[in-house]
Order: sequence, then C-alpha cells, then structure tokens
Amino acid sequence: MIDPKELKYSKSHEWVRVEGDEAYIGITDHAQESLGDLVFINLPEVDDELTVDEPFGDIESVKAVSDIIAPISGVVVEVNEDLIDEPEKINEEPYEAWIVKVANFDGVDDLLDASEYDTFVEEEEDE
Amino acid sequence: MEKKTPLYETHVKCGGKMVPFGGYLLPVQYKTGIKKEHMAVRTGCGLFDVSHMGEVMVQGDDSLKFLNHLLTNDFTDMADGQARYSPMCNELGGTVDDLIVYKKGECDYFVVVNAANREKDYQWICGHQTGKVLLSDVSDNYGQLALQGPLAEKILSKVTDQKYIPSEYYTAVFDAEIQGIPCTISRTGYTGEDGFEIYMASERAEEMWNLLMDAGSDDGLIPCGLGARDTLRMEAGMPLYGHEMNDEISPKTAGLGFAVKMDKDDFIGKKALEAAVPLKQRRVGIKVTGRGVVREECDVIRDGEKIGFTTSGTFLPYLKGSYALAIVESDKREIGAPVQVDVRGRLIDAEMVALPFYKREK
Repeated sequence: MIDPKELKYSKSHEWVRVEGDEAYIGITDHAQESLGDLVFINLPEVDDELTVDEPFGDIESVKAVSDIIAPISGVVVEVNEDLIDEPEKINEEPYEAWIVKVANFDGVDDLLDASEYDTFVEEEEDE
Repeated sequence: MEKKTPLYETHVKCGGKMVPFGGYLLPVQYKTGIKKEHMAVRTGCGLFDVSHMGEVMVQGDDSLKFLNHLLTNDFTDMADGQARYSPMCNELGGTVDDLIVYKKGECDYFVVVNAANREKDYQWICGHQTGKVLLSDVSDNYGQLALQGPLAEKILSKVTDQKYIPSEYYTAVFDAEIQGIPCTISRTGYTGEDGFEIYMASERAEEMWNLLMDAGSDDGLIPCGLGARDTLRMEAGMPLYGHEMNDEISPKTAGLGFAVKMDKDDFIGKKALEAAVPLKQRRVGIKVTGRGVVREECDVIRDGEKIGFTTSGTFLPYLKGSYALAIVESDKREIGAPVQVDVRGRLIDAEMVALPFYKREK
C-alpha cells in the first residue's frame, strides 16, 4: 500500500512518487473526486518528454475533460496501459493507479508535501 | 444569486455536489457518482428533485383555442388527465421552449416548462394571450420529484392507493395522495424508463422525498442528480432545450416533427415552418467508434467536409460508449455512414446512427 503522506504534489493536482532514478506520476484523490466517474484516458508514449506545467495527456469523466499536467519534467519510460481499458481504477485507487513512469526527471524539489497540498486544497475550496 | 429548491438541505445531507442550473442550486451528483445513478434508473429506480421546473396554469373559456395557437401540438382531442408534449415556437419557427401540457378539465390546463426559460416563457405566453384566458405562474408553489426506473411502480404502490397511480403513459391523477400528502402523480419522465413525476406543495417536498426514499430502500432506490438526468435523457435520444433546439433551431430540425401539427389552423411559427420545407438540416445520432468523448459544439465531418455540429455529447453508462446528438445537413445525413468529429483539434472516428440510442423493452 502506498501512503499518500509520502508523496509529493503539484498545484494542478498530480502526485509524484520517486523510486530511485525513476518517478511515478498520477492524479490525486481530490482530483479524481472532482472529475467524477472517469471513462477515457489519453496517454503519452514511451520516450515522450514531459515539460513541467504542460499537459501530457487528458482524462475524461462523464461530466468533463481535464488535462493532466506534468508536475515535473522527465522522459516517459513506461505508460500504465491498463488504464486505457479501466480508467475507473483511478477513481478506485488514485494513489495506486499511476499514469506514467519517468526517468531523467527534474523539479521534485518544487513540489508540495502532503500537508502543504492538503492546505492548498482547503484554500482552493474556500475560494 | 441562485435559488434553492425546498430540498436543498436534504441534498447537502445526502452528499449532493451542488451546482448552479437554470437559476437554482441543484445536485449534479451524489456520492455514488453519475454512472451508478444512471444504472440505478435503468435497472432499478432513482429519485430526482426537479422542483426547479416551472409551472403555469392556463384557465378560462378560451384556453384550448389559446394553447392551439400558442403551441405546435394539437390539444383538441385531449381527454381529462392526459399529458401532451409540445414545442413552443416563435414567428421565425425557432423554439422558445418545449413543455408538457396537462389537461385537468375543460378550460383548465397545467403547463410545465424548463426552469431556465421560466421567466422568458411566462412573458411570451402572457404577451400572446388572446380571448378569455387566465394565466398564472405558480412555479414557486410546487415541488416536483421524479421517481424513475423499472421498479418505480412497485415502490410507489407501497405508499399510495392503486387508484392514484396512473396506468397509462402520459396520463396523470391530479387529486392523488401519498401518505396524507396531496399531490399530482403523472406517468411521465425524462429518462427513457417507466416512472412518475410527482407534484406537491413546496413545503411538503422534503416529507415526500423522505417517505419515497424509505419506501424504496429495499429496492435499491438512490437519489440521482442532474448529471445522470442528462446522460439518461441523451441515451433515450431526448432533446434538451438550449442544446438540440433554441430560439433559432426549429423543432422540426430537432427531430420533433411528431409534435408539430402542420395541418392544424394557424399557430405561432407555422408560416416560417412551412417555408422551411424541405429541411436544410436535421438531427441525427452519432456513435463514436474511435476513442474519446465527444462533447457539444464539435464539428461533424464527412468526407473531409463539415456537415454539421454536435449539440450534446457524453459517455453513456448503460450503452458503455461515447455518443453525441448532432444537427447535420439533410442531404449528408445517412444512417450508417462514417463521419469524424473534431474534438479540440483531434479527429475522432464515428458513425451516424438512428435515434434513440436506447429504447426500453416494454
């Protein structure tokens, strides 16, 4: 089991989990809950380059479409293709259902930690 | 500032995610989510708060004549207790709104309009008043609940006498009672399933909601929001005002010709509708065969050429696929023909299909 407290977060509601030289990227529980039932995901391909703050895919719920924004820069080394058939896995287990794995990444230090992210979400909801 | 329906607090308590719609704050979904709410209505039963809908009373000696002039359908042969769907056109043949007319008795009609159009409609209706007709906007007096799904009748039977349950589709019982609450029970809905729309005094709406939820608990009744209401109506191929029709799109273009009686005496918009034959554009269903969700206002392309645009589009939970409604040029409209839909610059493969996408087995 992944402990969300150990992850890093972006203000565009992605999480990052660093494992040695590689990092996994997914969307947060708050993000999946705001989007509602997910039905389609468009993923990048292996070797695609991610640029921080730029979209690298999109995700569709019954209600709306939303870009997935790169929380860090890096090169895609693996894509979670199971999500193509079962995007609802992100609704069910947002911190297990990683979207891409990247290498040569940069920018993790600029991300929020779990408590900073929680505060950010609360402030955003109060607006 | 959005208004609250009498059930606002109840929705918040049930975990409803409240959004503005038609001037009201309403739940787009509850904790269960749109997919489960949608499936509940297709396979069991769901309860919707539709208190935002507007209600107008039309009474007086010339009511029938007035309605036949104001609306495109023909109400002449209606019996007491019947309901009839109709578009309401402007002089140019565009659609002011679509609505349901109930005949309560001779010279006594009850008209239900879309929430977002309520004020526009009432002004329009009053502005075209002719003869001895008494009009009143009674929207604020009424709450409305929709109990929809194959188990709706079973659940309703637990809380009311059989004589109050209308047996025919598109009929209503006006002097009904559900556990002591006076109400109108109508066998209508906006989901493509069997079901009922129940009108009662605003101040009894919460009580009615709670007793229906209790009665349905053994049968899996869940509250459903606007999100599921939209996916259900789309799956059933039902148009939504502001999408498939508007002030410029005629009901005939929107595929509602069955409710436009051209052989009836003059009615508002008749001349323009006569002049618009043959129709340049018509509604069609779009089934996405590629990957992705098509939303409204995407271009529909056939053989490299734009032939129309989508008016609604989403993922339909029961059919488990991506579908859209579109308005396309009549001579390019061909069921089964492949098309593409331009979604934010990406072309997605699709085909034109007949409507409705889903039809329940009777």
